[in-house]
Amino acid sequence: MSEILRANNVSMVFGGLTAVDNISLAMEDNEILSLIGPNGAGKTTFFNMLTGVYKPTTGNIIFMDEDITHLKAHQRVAKGISRTFQNIRLFKDMTALENLMVAHPRCNQENLARVLLGGRKLKMQRQAIVEECEEILEIVGLKEKEGELATNLPYGKQRLLEIGRALATDPKLVLLDEPGAGMNSVEKEELTALIRHITEKMGKNVLLIEHDMKFVMGISDRILVLDHGELIANGVPREIQTNPQVIEAYLGKGMIDDEEE
Amino acid sequence: MQSIIIDLFQKPGQYKKVAGFILVALLAAFPYIYFNNYYLHIAILVGIFVILSLSLNLITGFTGQLCLGHAAFYGVGAYVGALLMKNLQMNFFLALIVSFLVTGLFGLLLGIPTLRLRGDYLAIVTLGFGEIVRLVFINWEEVTNGPMGLRSIPAPSIMGFVLKERYMFYYLILIMVLLVLFLMNRLINSGFGMAMQTIKADEIAAESIGIYPVKYKLIAFILSSGLAGVAGCFYASYVSYISPTTFVYNTSVTILAMVVLGGLGSLAGSVIGAAVLTLIPEVLRFISDYRMLLFGALMVLMMIFKPEGFWGVSKRVKNIYKLKAGRRHHERDIKSQ
Repeated sequence: MSEILRANNVSMVFGGLTAVDNISLAMEDNEILSLIGPNGAGKTTFFNMLTGVYKPTTGNIIFMDEDITHLKAHQRVAKGISRTFQNIRLFKDMTALENLMVAHPRCNQENLARVLLGGRKLKMQRQAIVEECEEILEIVGLKEKEGELATNLPYGKQRLLEIGRALATDPKLVLLDEPGAGMNSVEKEELTALIRHITEKMGKNVLLIEHDMKFVMGISDRILVLDHGELIANGVPREIQTNPQVIEAYLGKGMIDDEEE
Repeated sequence: MQSIIIDLFQKPGQYKKVAGFILVALLAAFPYIYFNNYYLHIAILVGIFVILSLSLNLITGFTGQLCLGHAAFYGVGAYVGALLMKNLQMNFFLALIVSFLVTGLFGLLLGIPTLRLRGDYLAIVTLGFGEIVRLVFINWEEVTNGPMGLRSIPAPSIMGFVLKERYMFYYLILIMVLLVLFLMNRLINSGFGMAMQTIKADEIAAESIGIYPVKYKLIAFILSSGLAGVAGCFYASYVSYISPTTFVYNTSVTILAMVVLGGLGSLAGSVIGAAVLTLIPEVLRFISDYRMLLFGALMVLMMIFKPEGFWGVSKRVKNIYKLKAGRRHHERDIKSQ
C-alpha cells in the first residue's frame, strides 16, 4: 500500500467563516509531509478534522483505504492516528512514564473486571506495558526523567514527552502540531533526528505543522502550503521556496513592484 | 527477629504493609478496648461515611465531575434495601447486592443527561436530582410511608444467626470498608483508574490517546452510586428506621466536604475526611450550641492553610503499577524458569 491518507475536497465552515476551503491531499506511505502557512491559514483546523475533533462540513477523509470521516477522535486513535497539540496538553499531575502508559492501548483499555480480580497474568501484562513505554521514553530521550511529573519538565522536554505519548498509542500516522515551537536550535536538531528515527526506524508516517522554515525545509519530503483555508502550493522543499504564490502569502504582494518603481 | 525488624524499616513498601496490618488489628480490637455503645455507634457511622466519601471520590475526585446529589443515592439504597428486607424478607446480603444494582441504575440514568454538562451546570443538575429523590421519598406514601419513614427494618442475619448487637454491626461495616478500600485501591492503581483521571485532567487530550470519556464517566457514576446504595442498605438495616430527613441536601454537602477536606483523588484522604468530619461534631458536643460554628471555622481554616486536603494527590503513589514490586516479581519468574 503506497497511500496512507487521503482527504477529498474537505471544507470546514464555522458560521460565516470558511476556515478550510475544499482541500484535497494524498499522503504516501513513509514520507514526512509538512503543512505550512501564515497564522490563521487553517492548519490546526485541518489537523482537528484529521483527528476527529471537528467533523468536516463537506468532503471525506480516507485513512488506509477506510473512510474515517464519521469516526470519533478516540476511534481514530484505535485506527492508528495520533497527535500532539500546539499548546502542550500533557497530564500535568502524572509522571513522564505514566503519561505514556495511559496512552498505551493495552493500558487504557484494561478491563474493569480483570482489574478488580487482579492476578499474575495481569501483572505480567503490565510489566510488558511498562517496558514498552520505557523503550519509547528512551527513544525520545527522557528515560532519566521517567519518574518526574510532567509539569516539572522544561518546555522542550514536555514537547518531546508529548511526542512520546503519541507514539505510545502505537500509531501508523503521527500528526505533530508545531513540535519545534519554543525549542532552541540544539533541541530542534535533536527533534529532527527524532522525527527521522520515527519514520525510518519505527516505520511511522509523520505529518507536521511548523513555522520554522529552516527546520521544515530540512526535514520534509514534501510540503503543503495553506493560505486563508486554501491549498496554494504542494511540492518538494526546493519548489516551495521559489513558488511566487507562497512568497506572496508570507510577504504580501507588491513589494517587488515597489522596488522597481 | 532483629533482622526482620531491620528488614522492615529498609523496605518502605513492607513498612507500609505492617503499618496497615497494625491499624486493622487495632480497629478489630476496638470493641474490646472501648466497649461502649456510644463509641461503637460513632465508629459505625464513620464506617458508613467512609464508604460514602470513597464512592463520591470516584466521581468527583478521580473523574472530576462535581456531584451535589450523593445523598439521593444513599437514600435510594436505603429505601430499596429496607423495602426488600421488610416486605420480601430478603436476606441482608442479597438486599445489599440488589441495592447496589438498583442504585447503580439510578446513577446511570443521572449520568446520561449529565454527560454534556460539566462544572457548575452539572452541580445544579445533580442538586436537582437529589431534591427530586427526596420529594419522592416524602410523597410516594404507599411505598415509602411518606415523612413517617419506614420502621422495624430487620437486622442482618447469617444463616439464622441474627446480628443484633452493636459490635456485630461494627465488624460487619469494618469488613465492608476494608473490602471497598481493597477493590478501590485496585481500581485506582490500574490502567482503568488512570484513564478515569485523564478525563478529570483534560478530556480533549484523553480522547487524543484513545480514551472515550463517556464510557468512564458512566462507569464512574454507576460504581459510585452503587456503592452509596450499599452504604444506604447497611444504614437502613443498622438503625432499623429510615425517613426522608436523613437523605437531604445537607448530607450531600457533608459527604462532598469529606472528599474535598480529605483530598480529592485520594483514598486515604476520603477515609481521613470521613473520620474527621464525623468525629469533630461529636468531640465538640461540650460546647453544644457553638459546635457547628466552630466546625465551620475549622473548615475555613483548613481550606486556607491546606487547600489540597489532609492527604492530597501529592502523596499519591507515583507509580500506579507498583513497578518495583513488579520488577522483582518478574526477575524471580525469569530465575525460576
